[in-house]
Amino acid sequence: MKYLLLQYGNETAMMNLPKEEASQMHGAYMAYTEAMKKAGAYVGNSGLRPTSDATTVRAPGGKVSVLNGPFAETKEQLGGYYLIEAPDLDAALAWAKRHPGAPHGSIEVRPVWA
Amino acid sequence: MGVAKTAEAVARRSYGKLIAFLAARTRDVAGAEDALSEAFAAALVEWPASGIPRAPEAWLLTVARRKLIDAARRRQTGDEAVGTVALLADELSAAADDEREIPDERLRLMFACAHPAIDAGVRAPLILQAVLGFDAATIASAFLVAPATMGQRLVRAKSRIRQAAIPFRVPERAELAERLDAVLEAIYAIYAEGWSDPVGTHARSRGLAEEAIWLGRLVVSLLPQEPEALGLLSLMLHAEARREARRDEQGEFIPLDRQDLARWDAALIDEAEALLLRASRMSAAERFQIEAAVQSAHAARRLTGRTDWVGIVQLYDTLLGLTGSIVVAINRAVAIGMAHGTAEGLAALNALQGDARLAEYQPYWAARAALLADTGSADEAAEAYRRAIGLESDPAVRGFLQDQLAEITFS
Repeated sequence: MKYLLLQYGNETAMMNLPKEEASQMHGAYMAYTEAMKKAGAYVGNSGLRPTSDATTVRAPGGKVSVLNGPFAETKEQLGGYYLIEAPDLDAALAWAKRHPGAPHGSIEVRPVWA
Repeated sequence: MGVAKTAEAVARRSYGKLIAFLAARTRDVAGAEDALSEAFAAALVEWPASGIPRAPEAWLLTVARRKLIDAARRRQTGDEAVGTVALLADELSAAADDEREIPDERLRLMFACAHPAIDAGVRAPLILQAVLGFDAATIASAFLVAPATMGQRLVRAKSRIRQAAIPFRVPERAELAERLDAVLEAIYAIYAEGWSDPVGTHARSRGLAEEAIWLGRLVVSLLPQEPEALGLLSLMLHAEARREARRDEQGEFIPLDRQDLARWDAALIDEAEALLLRASRMSAAERFQIEAAVQSAHAARRLTGRTDWVGIVQLYDTLLGLTGSIVVAINRAVAIGMAHGTAEGLAALNALQGDARLAEYQPYWAARAALLADTGSADEAAEAYRRAIGLESDPAVRGFLQDQLAEITFS
């Protein structure tokens, strides 16, 4: 089973982390990714640039419009993802709980359409 | 025993066991249910002609497996189908050996049904359906939900088990306590639905209390070292022991303090006490054990002729610390009233004011009314009784409250 772990958090707070904390966070992500690879659970991951760089395309009824900004203005924003391979939901949830972003927001776990 | 009777008996005894075993590999509860119901239908056709098989459970399992494989073939094409069919066929040959005991995986099934990824409100209904074979309409009527709504929730939950790959597994030690809690909660919710209808006016509800106790016994037999499982069973048995005594011959409600002790079921109380004792030797008491201990304190009246209200207050103190539940807080206030006087009980109850949930919670108003009536505040008591009456759904309890109201307004 493949699962996508979507990390949501307050991107402004994340970008304004003091230097020391930011580098600690970076280290935590590196270690997390590494552990995932060693365990054979890693499929892929990326961090996303902030929503201020987002552009949204809408095409209601075929009428296309291009909007400057994210899909929705929310308190927590999608900040990145991991695609993992896990035998079942409990195994995926175990990875979500270890996610360095978990203490600063939430990790949504979505089974990927097989 | 006739064929239909045998099939029915096997269905009752084996339903959850067969569903659990069929669904554990594929995580497809709905598919297992369909296959098993087809197998039962086949049994009703074939058994009268060929005789009842020596191992009816294994016979049903084999037929249900074949139905599952057929369904998988029909539904899927390509690699996925080959995988599923191979998986099922493997085990089909193993199950063909009639003498082999079918492993009991009902506990795993219950852990899947009560998984944190399943909406808490649908866990108990899901267990009723998957483990006990209740249909959606029956469950809906027990939980006071429209049948279509309940059907939809059950379908969604089963789809979730399959699509999100919720495992059929008894969790590891580290997680067991928390996850077992959800299973026990669900069983208790089933019991509570049955308990609210003590005379069994609705045969289905009466059945629910018995089924919950059956599930409680099952969990205890499979996890004999889990004190909270023992605590829950003890709690349910204590409550069950007083079922008959809660109604008089006319079906009128009799509150605990006026019950005829001779009508309490002594055998059930003894069993409940033994379970609680066993649990207390294992670890510090948690929620269900403490609730059982409260019931045990009430049951002691059978022997001592009195109720240790001071002890009960202490138990509720601990319970309130553990759960923070408003229901516990109300019961605690009532116990304080009994132990230390009405004024103190009322003060404890007043401390809860401001909680919005109380506006719809009958036990709060009934407790308040009784305490106020004792202090002689007849007008306020009458007002509280009217709120309680308006919130009650059980006609017998409503009648009792109306009698109480009449007593204070005409005295």
